[in-house]
Amino acid sequence: MEFRVILRGALSGLIAGVLGFAFARIFAEPIVQQAIDYESGRDAILDKLNKAAGLPGVADGPEIFSRSIQSTVGIATGIIAFSVGMGLLLSVAYLVLHGRFGIRPRTVALLLAGFGFFGMYLLPSLKYPANPPAIGHDFTIATRGALYLTMVGGSLIMLAAAAYLGYRLRGRFGVFGASLLAAAAFVAGYSILAGVLPSLGNLAANVAHQHDFGYARAATETPQPITDQSGAIVYPGFSADLLWRFRLYSIINQMIIWTASGLIFSVLLERVLGTHRAPAKAQAAQPGPARQPIGA
Amino acid sequence: MSDAHVAQPKATGEVSPQALSKARVSVLLGVTALVALALYYFVGIDEGMTSVFGNTMVVHEWVHDSRHFLGFPCH
Repeated sequence: MEFRVILRGALSGLIAGVLGFAFARIFAEPIVQQAIDYESGRDAILDKLNKAAGLPGVADGPEIFSRSIQSTVGIATGIIAFSVGMGLLLSVAYLVLHGRFGIRPRTVALLLAGFGFFGMYLLPSLKYPANPPAIGHDFTIATRGALYLTMVGGSLIMLAAAAYLGYRLRGRFGVFGASLLAAAAFVAGYSILAGVLPSLGNLAANVAHQHDFGYARAATETPQPITDQSGAIVYPGFSADLLWRFRLYSIINQMIIWTASGLIFSVLLERVLGTHRAPAKAQAAQPGPARQPIGA
Repeated sequence: MSDAHVAQPKATGEVSPQALSKARVSVLLGVTALVALALYYFVGIDEGMTSVFGNTMVVHEWVHDSRHFLGFPCH
């Protein structure tokens, strides 16, 4: 049973990943290309300014694979692999919780997918949102990575704690009251975490760079306009509209991945387990694989 | 996760809650979770903030666009 559930988790993730890739190919790639063009133009200007001031120029990033590879099989690999990984986690989480609550398998699977969407992506990204190329300084990657993973871990732990709290309190306050209390506790904990962690622009390394060409004192690492010695703008800041669209599409992409894998997993799951909460009740006369879920 | 761990739901015909021993289930779940985390790691983190097999940038560059789009810190 376990192995079959895990396979179905992976399959759900695979299908969801293909959908996510299709969305990304259509909606994200044009923005990624514009962001890269912006970055190239910016680096060229910075290179000139720095050299004119007698400073070392700006090195290009590595170009191991062409853009046409990165924007097709590259992004497909990444999104599908991520999605399969999340599908596997869904199946593991399901198997750990399986049979502990009197809840239909389908419902548990959908709740877990929602949990994953919020905990693995949406809540962390409210603090540290997705950024297109051109945004993000090389010299802060280790700190940014650690901060992002802290948000992911913190969000998952606090969501789980809130769910447990609500579950424990439901006897005393009813489902509605317990849910409200758990939600309030979660908001309080999440706000503290997000408030305590620094904004990326305020990292020490970024503050130290504020007077260099192309850097400025800002709360984020989003490129500000480049000004020359006289203060005239020689290159614009990163387009706000482009950034907004990239982040919006990033959220939609994750919604597609988690919704699709949750729905597909819930259907496939009940084909294995049936629609009832206790698989142990299955009668010997009924061969497992032949059991069909109702309405699935 | 070899096939030896997979019980065949034949003679008993049940949905087979009895298929795997508790220890084997734990191992199976642990290995699966590790595989999942490895996928998350290589798509999102490797050759960025840290790297396990040397910093060739090949993995980073291959999944570059998805790393940005999935919300991971990059560059």
